[in-house]
Amino acid sequence: MSNKIVLGYDDSEAAKSALAFSVSLAKAQGAELVIVHVLEWSPYSFLTPEEIEQRHKRREEELKRAEDALLAPVRKSLEGEGVTVLTELKYGHIAETLIDVIKAHGASHLIIGRTGHSALSSRLFGSVAGSLAQAAPVPVTIVP
Amino acid sequence: MRKSIKAAALSAPLLLAATAPAMAQSVDERVNELFASSTGWFVNLIFSPFPGTSFPWIVAWLVIAATVFTIYFGLIQFRAFPHSISLVKGDYSDPNDAGEVSHFQALATALSGTVGLGNIAGVAVAVGIGGPGATFWMILAGLMGMASKFTECTLGVKYRNEFADGHVSGGPMYYMTKGFAERGLPMGKVLAVLFSVFCILGALGGGNMFQANQAHAQISGVVGEYPGWITGVVFAAVVFAVIVGGLKSIARVTEKVVPFMGIMYVAAAIVILGMNADKIGWAFGQIFEGAFTGLGIAGGMVGALIQGFKRAAFSNEAGVGSAAIAHSAVRTKEPITEGFVSLLEPFIDTVVICTMTALVIIITGQLIQDPNTGLYLLDEGASTIQTVDGNKGVALTSAAFSSAFGWFQYVLALAVILFAFSTMISWSYYGLKAWTFLFGEGEITELVFKVIFCIFVVIGAAANLGPVIDFSDAAIFAMAVVNIIALYFLMPIVKKELNSYMSRLKSGEIRKYS
Repeated sequence: MSNKIVLGYDDSEAAKSALAFSVSLAKAQGAELVIVHVLEWSPYSFLTPEEIEQRHKRREEELKRAEDALLAPVRKSLEGEGVTVLTELKYGHIAETLIDVIKAHGASHLIIGRTGHSALSSRLFGSVAGSLAQAAPVPVTIVP
Repeated sequence: MRKSIKAAALSAPLLLAATAPAMAQSVDERVNELFASSTGWFVNLIFSPFPGTSFPWIVAWLVIAATVFTIYFGLIQFRAFPHSISLVKGDYSDPNDAGEVSHFQALATALSGTVGLGNIAGVAVAVGIGGPGATFWMILAGLMGMASKFTECTLGVKYRNEFADGHVSGGPMYYMTKGFAERGLPMGKVLAVLFSVFCILGALGGGNMFQANQAHAQISGVVGEYPGWITGVVFAAVVFAVIVGGLKSIARVTEKVVPFMGIMYVAAAIVILGMNADKIGWAFGQIFEGAFTGLGIAGGMVGALIQGFKRAAFSNEAGVGSAAIAHSAVRTKEPITEGFVSLLEPFIDTVVICTMTALVIIITGQLIQDPNTGLYLLDEGASTIQTVDGNKGVALTSAAFSSAFGWFQYVLALAVILFAFSTMISWSYYGLKAWTFLFGEGEITELVFKVIFCIFVVIGAAANLGPVIDFSDAAIFAMAVVNIIALYFLMPIVKKELNSYMSRLKSGEIRKYS
């Protein structure tokens, strides 16, 4: 069985702690680390004609921004750590997309940071960490 | 005309303060007269009947086109219907393309441009003049129009222009120039210029003045009579803020609220139909009987047919070419998939929503029948059917819905305002695309169009329904004249795309992702 760990990553403090935790775990287990950043996106939202016209351009800008500001620095910071690192940039529903990535890689472990939503907003919309803990096909570690 | 509006806008507040509604009313009247006299010839040209009959040639033009496309593509609207739904659901969308405009989004945006007053006011006009039978012809026109929409939207995507910065412009003017050049046909440029001119007029007419006019009718129905130009100035200011000021928040809120308004409208109609379930059979009976006999309306069966087809075309815009502009910005490897998706538009707009409106008007007994003969009674001019309170247009729909729920008139007023607004925003975009095709892309040229667009909001709100609706129809149908000529010449290209796609779908080369 492949030994891969998936890390859901964004620019939050908790995600940085999760990164440190997953690197140490990957080292200890000799596992590969798949770092995923998901850009929240629903194909069922509504756009104005101008937004539709500009969408392709915006998407490329968003991808570039996420790559430059998030993923590239992470890869750089992990050089010389002796861990094999893959990064992926995806659009979609955060929890569903992470689950898709786990399946695609046959990963054995998911690590995410705990996001600091207010009690009200998590009650209304559900939290990403909560739904992943419920729905992920592999053990999930939630790092505060 | 612009001068007089400006003068009116400047002097009107003073007039209002000093002498009151009577004077302000006369501003409306002057606008109305000027408007009717300057557009009459154009209206007459488009709606002139075949010699010796009362059948306008333009209606035949649309019916024949929809029939030709339906036959040429082998009943594509029924064959491809399930596949179209799969496409909208995203079954065939490559997950790696997530973040691009989805088929659902393209359809929703195009729909919020078409679903609007045509479905509420236009249908009321159709059954108010053509009787219940107009509904039958409207549904038929909607079903056939699906094939026209399929053809134009496929071409719209195939021949769009992609600019270096990644933004996209498409529409009939682009398939007319590029498609004709590709097939070695002359006149593409001429058609494109003609289409663009009519598209600008259509944007100012049906996409703008008709909306402003009916929004005013609706508001004054709720709060009481007041001069139309006041509504016009307020609307113009908001439209100005969005299209010139780039106030995206308003547009974004509208785009989000409009679909829910649409769903709520249909839900309310279903509830009313449910409450009158025993009369649904009777209503369909009236629709079928009226379709072939006219039930005593002016013009009989032909009158019902003309009204049905006219209002269906005005509502779903199939063959008009506007949808080709709306759908063309979608990124897809297969232009034909956007054609499939777009054929759902006339179905949702006309076959579902317009039929709901018509059924509610008929079932709630708004149209007055002679109790002895069952024929509909005509009003004094013998041009429209007598209604319970003499209502016409959107007021008729409002009365029908309110007869079941008194509060619904307020919801409807809000819906009309939002629909009117979203349609204006969509059409300002279509008009702008035609404008930039003619005059080039550039900030100043775009600003000129946007300012003209806002001025017409005021004119539309101040003028009477009659001249506005005539001009709106005429301009939109003029687009269809040019667009359909182009579609005839370019339909073999669509057929080639269709055959290639269908064979790959059959062989399994194109398959579902999930």
